[in-house]
Amino acid sequence: MRTMKVRLLFFAVLRDIAGTGARELALADGATARDVWQWMRESYAPLADYAQPPLIAVNEAYAAPETVLRDGDEVAFIPPVAGG
Amino acid sequence: MNRYARQIALPDFGEEGQRKLAGSSVLIIGAGGLGSPASLYLAAAGVGRIGLLDFDRVDVTNLHRQILYGTSDVGRAKLESATERLHDANPEIVVEPHAARLTSENALEILAKYDVILDGTDNFATRYLVNDACVLLGKPNVYGSVFRFDGQVSVFATKDGPCYRCLYPEPPPPHLVPSCAEGGVLGVLPGVIGTLQATEAIKLIAGIGETLAGRLLLFDALRMTFRTMRVPRRCEEHAPVTHLIDYEEFCNPMEDITPQQLAERLAQNEAIVLIDVREPYEWDIGHIESARHIPMQQIPKRLDEIPRDVEVVMICRSGARSGHVQHHLQQQGFTNVKNLTGGMQRWAREVDPAIRVA
Repeated sequence: MRTMKVRLLFFAVLRDIAGTGARELALADGATARDVWQWMRESYAPLADYAQPPLIAVNEAYAAPETVLRDGDEVAFIPPVAGG
Repeated sequence: MNRYARQIALPDFGEEGQRKLAGSSVLIIGAGGLGSPASLYLAAAGVGRIGLLDFDRVDVTNLHRQILYGTSDVGRAKLESATERLHDANPEIVVEPHAARLTSENALEILAKYDVILDGTDNFATRYLVNDACVLLGKPNVYGSVFRFDGQVSVFATKDGPCYRCLYPEPPPPHLVPSCAEGGVLGVLPGVIGTLQATEAIKLIAGIGETLAGRLLLFDALRMTFRTMRVPRRCEEHAPVTHLIDYEEFCNPMEDITPQQLAERLAQNEAIVLIDVREPYEWDIGHIESARHIPMQQIPKRLDEIPRDVEVVMICRSGARSGHVQHHLQQQGFTNVKNLTGGMQRWAREVDPAIRVA
C-alpha cells in the first residue's frame, strides 16, 4: 500500500496532550482527517473517549472530518478555548 | 478633534472615520482580561458610546491581566472602577455600565442597543448566548478568547459570514477544556487578543480594511505565530438559532442525578419521566411508583415511547445498565436523558428503605 506524509498541528489543550505543537504522520493513501483523529485517540489516552473530532483545518481552511488527505497536507486540530 | 489628530491623519480613516466612531456604540461583554484593553482602546479612539457588562468585583488575582484596574481597586465593583478609568481615558464619550449577568432573559434587550458586540466573556455558556443573541439581532460579534498561551479572534454573525456555531456547533466535553482558573493564562495574552478585538471593532465601524469575518485567527504566544484559518458560513448545517435557550444546561449537561436530587425534584412535582430498564422479574419485586417500564433489550425498538421534550431519568439496579441506555440514547440524539446514580440500590438506601430491590 502506498503511503503519504502529512503534518499535524495541535492547538491549545491538544498541544499539551500531544506534548508538541506539530509532528509528521505517515498515512495510507486515501486516509481522511477523521482517520487522523482516530489515530490521535489511540495514541493519546486523554482523547480516547472523544469520538467527535474538534474543528479541523486542512491547509489553513476549514475541512470536514471526511476530507481525504493528500501527501504534504497540513492538518490542524483546533479545540475551542473560552478564557477571557 | 485634536485628541484624534493622529488617527484622522490616517489616509483610509480621516474625519469621516472619526465621525463614524463618534456616532457608534459598542457593547463589551465582560470587563476582564479581554474587556480591559478593548474598552481602553475603544474609549481612547473615540467610540461615542461604550456599554460595559460585568457583575464581578476586582480580585487581586485579576490584576496581572485586567489592566483596567489598579491595586487600590481590589474589592470594588469592576464597573465602578472601569467607568471612572474610561471617563479619565476619554471624557468625551458616554460609558454605560450594565452591572448584570448576561442571561437568556436580558440579552436581547441589552445587545439591541448597540451597533457592535465585543465578546470578552470567560465561559462557553455565555459565549454561545452572545453568539445566538448576535445572530438573532443581526449584530456583528467581535469574538476573542484565550487559554494559557493561545488566543483566538474572529468576527461572527456578519451578514454573510459564519457564526460561532459554524466553528463549534456544540460545546466541548467539560474535561477537555480547563478554565483559566485551572489552566492558567499568561497575563499579556488577553492584552494581545483584546487589542486585536478592538482593532476589528474599529474596522467594522469605520468600514475600512478586511475584517476577520470568515477567518479564525490563532495566536500562539510561545512560538509567536499568527495563523488564520478560513472558516465558511455553515449556518444551514448546525442547529438553527431561533431563540435563546438555557446555556448552562447546554454547556454543562448534568448527566447524572442522585436519588436525593431526584426525590427532591419529584416532591416539587417537576415534570420528569422515569424509565426503569430492568428485567420484568426485577420490576415485579419492587419499583418506583411513577416509573414506566421498558426493559433494556427493548429500548432500541421502543424509542418513540421515550419523550424528547421533558427530562427523562433512566433507572436500573446499580446505575450501570441505565448508564448504557443513557449513552445509547445520546447517540440517537436525545439531549434530555439523565442516569440515576447508584440505581435502585442507592434509592432504597437513601430515599425509600421500604422498597424491595432484587
